[in-house]
Amino acid sequence: MFEFQLDPTSGVATYLQLVHQVRQALRLGVLRPGDQLPTAREVVAKLAINPNTVLKAYRDLEREQLVSARPGQGTFILRTLDGPDPGTSARFARELGSWMAAARAAGLGGEDIEAIYRATVRDTFAEGVA
Amino acid sequence: MTTSPVLEANGLGRRFGERWALRDCTISLPAGHVVGLVGPNGAGKSTLLRIAAGLLDPSAGSLRVLGGRPSDPEVLPRLGFVAQDKPLYGRFTVADTLRMGGWLNPGWDGGRARAHLDNLDIPLRQRCGSLSGGQRAQVALALALGKQPELLLLDEPVANLDPLARLQFFQVMLEAAADTGMTVVVSSHLLADLERCCDYLVLLSAARVQLCGLTEDLLGAHRVLTGPPGRAGAIAAAHSVVSARLTERQAVLLVRQRGPIIDPAWTVRPVALEELVLAYMNEPAAGTTPALALAAAPGRS
Repeated sequence: MFEFQLDPTSGVATYLQLVHQVRQALRLGVLRPGDQLPTAREVVAKLAINPNTVLKAYRDLEREQLVSARPGQGTFILRTLDGPDPGTSARFARELGSWMAAARAAGLGGEDIEAIYRATVRDTFAEGVA
Repeated sequence: MTTSPVLEANGLGRRFGERWALRDCTISLPAGHVVGLVGPNGAGKSTLLRIAAGLLDPSAGSLRVLGGRPSDPEVLPRLGFVAQDKPLYGRFTVADTLRMGGWLNPGWDGGRARAHLDNLDIPLRQRCGSLSGGQRAQVALALALGKQPELLLLDEPVANLDPLARLQFFQVMLEAAADTGMTVVVSSHLLADLERCCDYLVLLSAARVQLCGLTEDLLGAHRVLTGPPGRAGAIAAAHSVVSARLTERQAVLLVRQRGPIIDPAWTVRPVALEELVLAYMNEPAAGTTPALALAAAPGRS
């Protein structure tokens, strides 16, 4: 049976941590179609988190059509998630590597680079106005 | 499950002599949540819980639980309450205590109470007076859960417990909540525990309600802004500033957002529950409107 874990230091909302863990497990093939997720009661009893938090995570996964809730039976995985194709990942990793080498040559330190990286990710994937 | 509020207080107050322990308390708690009740010592948390449990009469205003007065014969069997000092008869064994629970409560589920104490290796033959703090808390919880309440009130249930006993207490409590859909109101100073357990928050300070709402909505409605102190005034005009730390170079504001924050001079980040509660506790005047209309708050992402 799949087991959830919590990272209390991450600052990520608990229900999102649960959603991310299922998505990650699907990408890695740890979870496959037909597999059953633990019931809300089991997750709650193990992690000592609010029952509505688990239900919310499961609803999110259901809305993405990654899982389906069968009344009286449980929540089951419907499909897998494909990560980016390994070749594509490798290409972007190479490009980022040469960009970083250039940034370093221009005198930027690790923290400067991280600040740019974070700000760019935030701007690119911004959720609404903040 | 009913859609009417499980607990509703209107202008509720309680005076002990000259001192108001609770004042102008107006809250409405929907069913099916685990509600965290927080606030500094002396803020009125225990008073509110004891009125809700039918152990104390209000001096002002009114309170209804499960559609009636707490002391109504219709209501009382559906209410569970664990007092702060977890009173148990020291000379009773755990088994005696559960048997007593069965005699005193019409809807008693003794099998379940026994099973959960068994799971925790709490010997039924032991006298309550010789239990450890964590075991005592578990027996008191088992007694309250055996009643199969629709509303469970817990007054500082994990104060003085070690981290493992605290975790086990919440595991049992939350599992029961997941099972039965009961509403729980739990007071505590341990914000990290409450952040995990609760999806609803009531903040009492100086005997009044400062915050009341779904944790998610409360967090979504507040932001921490860092930026130039010269522009803090414009922010204060457009949003409600809960707390402000100003230096010559930099202003750090915790605001309740009234709309989008567009000025690029401000760095905006979400707020953590502990940070939010501490900010309000530090500013007892902030947010003391009777009931905050959070559902209508803009700027949620």
